[in-house]
Amino acid sequence: MATTTTVGLKSHTVEEEWCKGCGICVAFCPKNVLELENEIVVVKRLEDCIQCGQCELRCPDFAIWLGGK
Amino acid sequence: MASTLVKEYFREDKLPHIWCPGCGNGIVTRAIVKAIDSLGLDKDNVCIVSGIGCSSRAPGYLDFNTLHTTHGRALAFATGVKMAKPELEVIVITGDGDSSAIGGNHLIHACRRNIDITTIVFNNNIYGMTGGQYSPTTPTGDKGTTAPYGNLDANFDLCELTKGAGASYIARGTAYAAKQLEKFIAEGIKNKGFSFIEAITACPTYYGRKNKKGSAVDMLQTVKESAVMDKAWDRLSEEQRQGKFKIGSFHVEAKPEYTEEYKKLIASFNKGEE
Ligand SMILES: Cc1ncc(C[n+]2csc(CCOP(=O)(O)OP(=O)(O)O)c2C)c(N)n1
Ligand code: SF4
Ligand code: SF4
Ligand code: SF4
Repeated sequence: MATTTTVGLKSHTVEEEWCKGCGICVAFCPKNVLELENEIVVVKRLEDCIQCGQCELRCPDFAIWLGGK
Repeated sequence: MASTLVKEYFREDKLPHIWCPGCGNGIVTRAIVKAIDSLGLDKDNVCIVSGIGCSSRAPGYLDFNTLHTTHGRALAFATGVKMAKPELEVIVITGDGDSSAIGGNHLIHACRRNIDITTIVFNNNIYGMTGGQYSPTTPTGDKGTTAPYGNLDANFDLCELTKGAGASYIARGTAYAAKQLEKFIAEGIKNKGFSFIEAITACPTYYGRKNKKGSAVDMLQTVKESAVMDKAWDRLSEEQRQGKFKIGSFHVEAKPEYTEEYKKLIASFNKGEE
């Protein structure tokens, strides 16, 4: 699997099968873009994303990244 | 599916990895891969060697020449690889137990030789793989399964230890400040000599639970708040330093490298034969 969310020029992809729901990306996102739903990350407010890359930087499971599939 | 970075440098078919949710090992592993990528190294020219432990499983996920060896002995194997093929970039991934308990002797002697190997210690202050025994870096007073009333031993400062032993590049970074960690690792790889990078990371499952450190997020937050850059550290009083630790690139020194010296020695014999 893997879901790509796109808003304008911005895209984020989540590989749900790798996400372990640790919440690290959610907690350290400076713009509150991400949420956990049923222990899997969901890209909720991509319009607020500043593309800083911190979610991708600290995801211990390589399960979220900037860009498409 | 995976990011371009993962597609390029990981064995995608081995993912997801076995590490617990929120374990810092994945963050540090990614920083190593980013450092290699930033230097534009040829994958076939890199050899990653590890011992035994949760952290030492990292090379199994990485698409380079990789060697998963025995507990504490990563540096002994890595020394053999480097002596046989000095043109390889040899990188060692090890845990605090692997490198400074059972493997402590190999560590100090690799430093002393200044052999061109880059060692990254995933310091989670505990033996993760075997269920939470205290290690030489478990802070005094902290708990492990083998220290139910608190650890009596003084903990090692691995950067001071490797400095005393003769390493020529030494840095400490964190899984929180992963970009900076990547920079330290790249500097270490570029250094021609023994480079030691201590990556402060978190084991939420054993060290965290035993010591009531909260969730993986709480532990990473604590790492963020406790790490102080060396310049700022120098201005803190002893009191202000309590519960904190210093990060930065602490030591760079130009000195003879072991495989180069060995090559010179061999060349001197060959000259004598002519
Ligand atoms: C010779 C030998 N002794 C003991 C063990 C058991 N053992 C496996 S991993 C480990 C400690 C791992 O701790 P560390 O190096 O800190 O790595 P972590 O799992 O925390 O990443 C021990 C004692 C072993 N595999 N081999
Ligand atoms: S790129 Fe930055 S702002 Fe965007 S979701 Fe990731 S952490 Fe949040
Ligand atoms: S950091 Fe990674 S594993 Fe953790 S919740 Fe976010 S996407 Fe999932
Ligand atoms: S036991 Fe600790 S070090 Fe090992 S994978 Fe789990 S969290 Fe990571």
